[in-house]
Amino acid sequence: MDLVDQRLLNDFQRDFPLTARPYAELGEKLGINEDEVIARLDRLSRGGSVSRVGAVFRPHAVGASTLAALAVPPEELERVAALVNAYPEVNHNYQREHRLNLWFVVTASSAQAVRAVLDDISGRTGLDVLDLPLLEPFHIDLGFDLKWS
Amino acid sequence: MSGGILSPLDRAIVRATQEGLPLVERPYHAVAEAVGTTPEEVMARMERLLAAGVIRRIGLVPNHYALGYGFNGMTVWDVADEDIAEAGLLVGNLDFVSHCYHRPRHLPHWPYSLFAMIHAKEKAAADALVASIAQLLGPLSRGHLVLFSSRILKKTGLRL
Repeated sequence: MDLVDQRLLNDFQRDFPLTARPYAELGEKLGINEDEVIARLDRLSRGGSVSRVGAVFRPHAVGASTLAALAVPPEELERVAALVNAYPEVNHNYQREHRLNLWFVVTASSAQAVRAVLDDISGRTGLDVLDLPLLEPFHIDLGFDLKWS
Repeated sequence: MSGGILSPLDRAIVRATQEGLPLVERPYHAVAEAVGTTPEEVMARMERLLAAGVIRRIGLVPNHYALGYGFNGMTVWDVADEDIAEAGLLVGNLDFVSHCYHRPRHLPHWPYSLFAMIHAKEKAAADALVASIAQLLGPLSRGHLVLFSSRILKKTGLRL
């Protein structure tokens, strides 16, 4: 990863141009051409450094979601993780170091649809699902300073 | 502005862009074609969603893990209901906190009501961030935990 990649990743987490050729505008600021911007973003996306280029939506701006947790017996973890991942409504799933060891986000078109997924997971695993919906956000997500060193 | 008053076209644009804009010369033209409108309309509506706060930002979404931020800590704090707004504003304003949310507690096993995500390259750095939150909250926090992630099992964009 060179200096241009680092600037791409750090400097364009917000204010991405809403113009016909946004990658050309990024290129102008970086001193490279449009094709190279697109090629670099493609490489960084394939390599996993960039999750996506696009809009970050306010939670619940469209649809409903919740953060849910399960305390899965260690020997069951792989099976339950695969079961949870198979739901298209689950868009994040992390294993964490705690008795509550599986933490996932369920997003669907309505609160009822979210509840139905949690009930289904609970029914199929026999585990209680801890349901922790967002009550209030305290942070406006404007990106994250990567502090290259 | 709630989700309820988004127009069908707004929703179609959200659905078409939630996994990212295409990496082509004219990405909004591609989105417009997919949802059956003009590129000008796509850009104008995204501008409006941004102004209304439905879209928080448009840009690159980096993957902290892949960039060496291997210590992803979900810090959870037991804050009294009457103190939550004060505590939330204090923690939410920290530049190293990427998300800060009030969530319901579930007594007796889960007393934690304030969630703040931190990211660090080393364990010691992560511990220092947690300590600085603890110091900032002082007596507003009656107890806390840090749940480090040991594995990402799934991570995709919003899907509706």
